[in-house]
Amino acid sequence: MDRRKLEENFFKVLMIMSTFIILGGLLSVLIMVLLRGAPALSISMLTQTPKGGYYLGKEGGILNAIVGSLYLAGGATVIAFIISLPTALYLNEYASRSKLASFTRQSLDVLWSIPSIIFGVFGFTIMVYVGMRASLLGGIVALTLLEIPIMIRAMDEVMKMVPLKLKEASYALGATKLETTLNVITRQALPGVVLAILLALGRAIGDAASVLFTAGYSDNIPSSLFDPVASLPLAVFFQLGTPFPEVQQRAYASGFILLVMVLSLSIASRLLTKRFMRYVIK
Amino acid sequence: MNPRRVKDLVASKFMFLTTILSSLIAFIIAFALFQRSTLILTTQPLSELLLSSSWHPWAGEFGFYPFIAGTLWVTALAMVLSIPPSLLMSIYLAEYAPIKVRGIAKPMVDLLAGIPSVVFGLWGVLLVVPLIRDYVAPLVGVTTTGYSVLTGGVVLSIMVSPIIISISEGVIRAVPQHVREASMALGATKWQTVKHAVTRSAFPGIIAAVMLGFGRAFGETMAVLMVVGNVSKAPTALFDPAYPLPALIANNYGEMMSIPLYDSALMLAALFLLLIVLLFSAAAGVLLARIKRGYAIG
Amino acid sequence: MKAINLFKPHISIQKLNVFYEGRHVLKDITLDVPEKRITAIIGPSGCGKTTLLKSINRLTDMVDGVKVSGRILVDDINVFDNGVDVINIRKKMGFIAQVPNPLPMSIYDNVAYGPRIHGVKDKGKLGQIVEHCLQTAGLWNEVKNRLTEPASKLSAGQQQRLCLARALAVEPEVLLCDEPTSALDPISAGHIEGQLLALKEDYTIVFVTHVLRQARRLADYVIFLYLGELIEHGPAETIFNQPSDPRTKAYVEGVFG
Repeated sequence: MDRRKLEENFFKVLMIMSTFIILGGLLSVLIMVLLRGAPALSISMLTQTPKGGYYLGKEGGILNAIVGSLYLAGGATVIAFIISLPTALYLNEYASRSKLASFTRQSLDVLWSIPSIIFGVFGFTIMVYVGMRASLLGGIVALTLLEIPIMIRAMDEVMKMVPLKLKEASYALGATKLETTLNVITRQALPGVVLAILLALGRAIGDAASVLFTAGYSDNIPSSLFDPVASLPLAVFFQLGTPFPEVQQRAYASGFILLVMVLSLSIASRLLTKRFMRYVIK
Repeated sequence: MNPRRVKDLVASKFMFLTTILSSLIAFIIAFALFQRSTLILTTQPLSELLLSSSWHPWAGEFGFYPFIAGTLWVTALAMVLSIPPSLLMSIYLAEYAPIKVRGIAKPMVDLLAGIPSVVFGLWGVLLVVPLIRDYVAPLVGVTTTGYSVLTGGVVLSIMVSPIIISISEGVIRAVPQHVREASMALGATKWQTVKHAVTRSAFPGIIAAVMLGFGRAFGETMAVLMVVGNVSKAPTALFDPAYPLPALIANNYGEMMSIPLYDSALMLAALFLLLIVLLFSAAAGVLLARIKRGYAIG
Repeated sequence: MKAINLFKPHISIQKLNVFYEGRHVLKDITLDVPEKRITAIIGPSGCGKTTLLKSINRLTDMVDGVKVSGRILVDDINVFDNGVDVINIRKKMGFIAQVPNPLPMSIYDNVAYGPRIHGVKDKGKLGQIVEHCLQTAGLWNEVKNRLTEPASKLSAGQQQRLCLARALAVEPEVLLCDEPTSALDPISAGHIEGQLLALKEDYTIVFVTHVLRQARRLADYVIFLYLGELIEHGPAETIFNQPSDPRTKAYVEGVFG
């Protein structure tokens, strides 16, 4: 009896320790970046692009990267949405038990697991093939590929749970599949759809490997789709790589800005979904 | 035809197209990588590519062994470091933690999963590298720059933990109550029930979680690149630097075009990466699908 | 069968057979449903009552692996005909499910949904329809000041009346009700029963029930199904008081089911 209790308590301690270690690790990431990044944080970091000697420690900020990331992730999210929502709807309402549906879902599962650097490599290959240089458009394409499986999977999960009785009610009134899909399924799944979009957006803002080859880098804000564009993750990476401590500190600050953007998106998405729950049938 | 029917038809055709497109992307990528790899595959025997340590692209020598070894070292270490605490935490969250604790811990883990790779890299550079260099290494009498397999493993392990935790916790929670009841009815303690009955039921799901974690670790690029040293020599010890495949690809894309066969070699590296990750995620998928279809008790 | 010439058939079911994934759920059903009367489909659980009901407006199409043979004629059109657009069929039939199923919208939008998809755009007209149908369903007074609230906030009884209003909004000829009060408390159930009795002046009503008392209260015409077979059908008086088939007699007297 004693021995069993002893073993249980031993593992309980281990379990709690593990929880603390892992959660502590998370917090240390946040705290570390905040502490080391805060001194270099200033308004000009957020509102200016790098000026002449920025990488040597002189003035400027990372507005180019902030705006660049928003352009890249924003563009990719829009295109991914246009492809993902219809696909998720199709998988759930039009092709539900078909071979196409299971094939597509498996294929998307694979796509979901692909490391983002592969999207960068693929994007780069296509760009070379068509003669395009590293640009906003190239980055958007790579990020779209990254976002599609994330969005579809999240939307699919929610749509699967739309109760049959809701669809039945709509069809019984003489609605077409499209009308039922747009008016009932999408409305019932709305919180989940919004979450899917924000989830994918957050992932895209934070990804470096896929934009490394495809988006290039620039100290300026792009004025066309074919200009190279900076991104926050790469801004962190490049600034870290300089030999100047002032610039390295800016890297930490940039990392902090990136972290704040991604985490607040994550938190906002949770809060936002509650808003969209108004008409949802539980 | 009824205009409503026309809209219905047009919409369904459009949706069909997007679905087909989505389902083919993975294949197109694999095909493109394969196609670009054929050049080097036809000029050098596969065995030499995989086993040779001689990496001199300007001389046309592409021995991938150091990078494969580097990837394996770092990934294996990350899994070893990550699996025990992650599983313990999953069991704790699923079976023991009070609701309030679970309500805080689970969202935190999800938040952790969303932290960008570069930020983990930053953390690695700021905290782990000095830790290893100034504290851990001297403890065992080794000098190192701090950029090593160990550092990469530590950083990677914390990146991989959320995946393992969130899937494992879900699978453990999903074990039907009657499994627990059967064990408790026989007079087992809660821990014995968890250790023998529950985890055994959840085992396939836990394996799937680990596989998906492995896949993620294998392909992770940025964070590892920033802390692992990037020296083209196969590591022989934990404190040696390493040069994993993703880092190789990331660092050299710029020079790809200038040396013949270089781009094909890197495409091969990418293809290799893709295939490994594919293998693991497919295996995990099969396991998870089997679980969803029904539990085999015991 | 004697008084059947007093009933004009609205729906004519001929040799209907329904299979769910090979299982023979409805066997060779042939009967006529009288116009502007309340018809009850009775029988023990799992006998195909709901399937029969759902065949009439082809909600059975939603089931995977369903096969149907036979004809159902409504106003001389076979609902299963290839040339028929099912959305028109369904417009003619209002359907009320066993468990209230409001759509994820406001109360107003729930009722307006049907007319909207069938082409009514004018806001004034929609408002009129919504008010009229909610009144007919006996819900207007309780919701007239909160039409924009989510339908999910209503009680079960109110939700079912909302579903009734919603069904009426598309101007059907037939009302199909699948155990419409089984999920409701007695008072709400009473409301619904009252509405149905009032509605039979203008609509052909078919409802499924497993509560014999309810059938006795409401039905003009009764269909008795057992194990997917049509055992007997006829005016309520006949079925309840002088059934021909011994199985009908046994069921109606509460011996089984």
